[in-house]
Amino acid sequence: MTENAAALIILVPLMASFINLVVGLRWKEVCYPLTVATLGATVLLSFSIIQTVISKGTITYEFAGWAPPWGIAYVIDHLNAFMLAIVSFIGLVVSVYSKKSIEKDLPKKTAHFYTLFLLLVAGLLGILATGDAFNLFVFLEISSLAGYALIAVGDDRAPLASFNYVIMGTIGACFYLLGVGYLYIATGSLNMADLAGLLPNLYGSKVVLGAFAFMIVGVAIKIAFFPLHKWLPDAYTHAPSAVSAFVSSTMTKVGAYVMIRIMFTVFEPQFSTEILPASAMLGWLAVAAMLYGCVRAIAQTDAKRMLSYIIIAEVGYIVMGVSVGNRMGFTGAVLHILNDAFMMACLFLAVGAVEYKTGTRSLNSFGNLYKKMPVTMAAITIGGLSIVGIPPTAGFFSKWYLVLGAIGAGQWVFAAALLISSLLTAVIFFKILVNIYFGPQPAADLQGNGAAVISEAPVSMLFPISIMAAGVLSLGFLSGKIISSVIQFTVPGGF
Amino acid sequence: MEAMDYIISKYNYWMYIILMMIGFYAMIAKKNLVKKIVGMNIFQTAIILFFISTASKKGGASIPIIQNGHGSATDIINTAHYVNPLPHVLMLTAIVVMVSTFGVAIALLLMLYKKYNTLEEDEIISILKTENGK
Repeated sequence: MTENAAALIILVPLMASFINLVVGLRWKEVCYPLTVATLGATVLLSFSIIQTVISKGTITYEFAGWAPPWGIAYVIDHLNAFMLAIVSFIGLVVSVYSKKSIEKDLPKKTAHFYTLFLLLVAGLLGILATGDAFNLFVFLEISSLAGYALIAVGDDRAPLASFNYVIMGTIGACFYLLGVGYLYIATGSLNMADLAGLLPNLYGSKVVLGAFAFMIVGVAIKIAFFPLHKWLPDAYTHAPSAVSAFVSSTMTKVGAYVMIRIMFTVFEPQFSTEILPASAMLGWLAVAAMLYGCVRAIAQTDAKRMLSYIIIAEVGYIVMGVSVGNRMGFTGAVLHILNDAFMMACLFLAVGAVEYKTGTRSLNSFGNLYKKMPVTMAAITIGGLSIVGIPPTAGFFSKWYLVLGAIGAGQWVFAAALLISSLLTAVIFFKILVNIYFGPQPAADLQGNGAAVISEAPVSMLFPISIMAAGVLSLGFLSGKIISSVIQFTVPGGF
Repeated sequence: MEAMDYIISKYNYWMYIILMMIGFYAMIAKKNLVKKIVGMNIFQTAIILFFISTASKKGGASIPIIQNGHGSATDIINTAHYVNPLPHVLMLTAIVVMVSTFGVAIALLLMLYKKYNTLEEDEIISILKTENGK
């Protein structure tokens, strides 16, 4: 069981997705327990993997016994194991949450929804586990295709948003594929570890430079890195609330993981700093992303759109941490992947619960809502404080490392931009918090329609929201332990 | 003359770049959503063409079917006689991905057409604007 865990963690959700479709079309009520059970098993597998990695080091699983570079191998080191645990855990929490919201949003299509949801989880886990550059492309497209379909079933605007996402996402995936093709021409290999051994002799080659550029730009589109972010706010705003919560907290982070893999595993760290000044370019664009995301977020009145713009800024933080090229910055970036996944899931789930009860996502409708939805509002408070970076919430610790990393690299502008964008998020969230606790009730309530109806969200929603909020708080306290047991081993050599 | 030779000797790359740019242009500049996904298809096909063209070898290389295999082969296999099969296999997967993307995109177009009764991006955006104005 444990020796096959690396393969099972992909196969279990993948197979369950097909079983779900076959069984779910006949017996609709089976889908939800089946999905939760599957993702529960996935979480257990991911924990078993992370334990194996911590105690015994990197796991290499060769499919059908074909040794790499000929066969496809799954290579799971500390970084993969860490990411696998995040994605499967958030998948489980969101699937628990999805029961009521999907019953309301997609009453007739629950079987289809859960099939695609499991496919999306399987695709993301596949991206994380694989050690093969082409296999990564296939999983990237599995997860993206499931994502396009899930986003398209949202509100009225969703199909157009999803269509734009299909166009942009396809360009991104094709660029990545083109990069893989160039690497294959230059080296004759597709296995990441093999490529890492073959490439250093070819660093002067224009083909390799082109491959690197294509791969990084392709991934940058997928993670909505400024200035390639146009598709994200629309897609994440109009998706069903359970879908927004999952994709916002995992898809961009998995993309950031792919970027880290390309820059530091397939290529050596000094390639992206010395041979091609990619790190410097990514760093300055990350600064722009942090400021742009927060400035645009201030002006939004739709809660989900506001959070979507904050994601653009958060992606900027992660890329900035990766680009400064030192131990502190990299630790901060990896820790921020975890923290941001929890914060975004917490906030999107809470906003989804508000939308479920009030029928609107407008920030004005949050006025004085704490009286009616105390737990949900407490979760928004914790998530918001964490995004601002107020101790002891999780966001503070990763931002701390990111600032130290930027200062350590002598990049004062990066550190300043991070602090400014934190201040901007503080403006956004303090405005919201004041509105929640002291604001006027929305006019609709005072007229009497709705005042009696709005109450706390159902338990199947509250429980995941509380877990996420507790997670945001406890990750802050646990961050020292997480860094010492996992993250310090993910830092690439030479930092 | 030298430049001409350079272009002709690498003509497969030029072809794929030209095709890719046609597709790219259609995806970005065309206002009709069907034209956009046709552009997307050309874009993806260009990449498939690029991969396949890298597999070929000069001098009459043929498909990699090895006669007298299964232990009875006594000849030494000369790889120059066979095209590289791996890019073909990779592109088989990429074609599947491409067809699924195309399918999802067409399904989205159906949803959009049912909703707005048009597939012109400009008209959909103006409909959305008037909806917002209300």
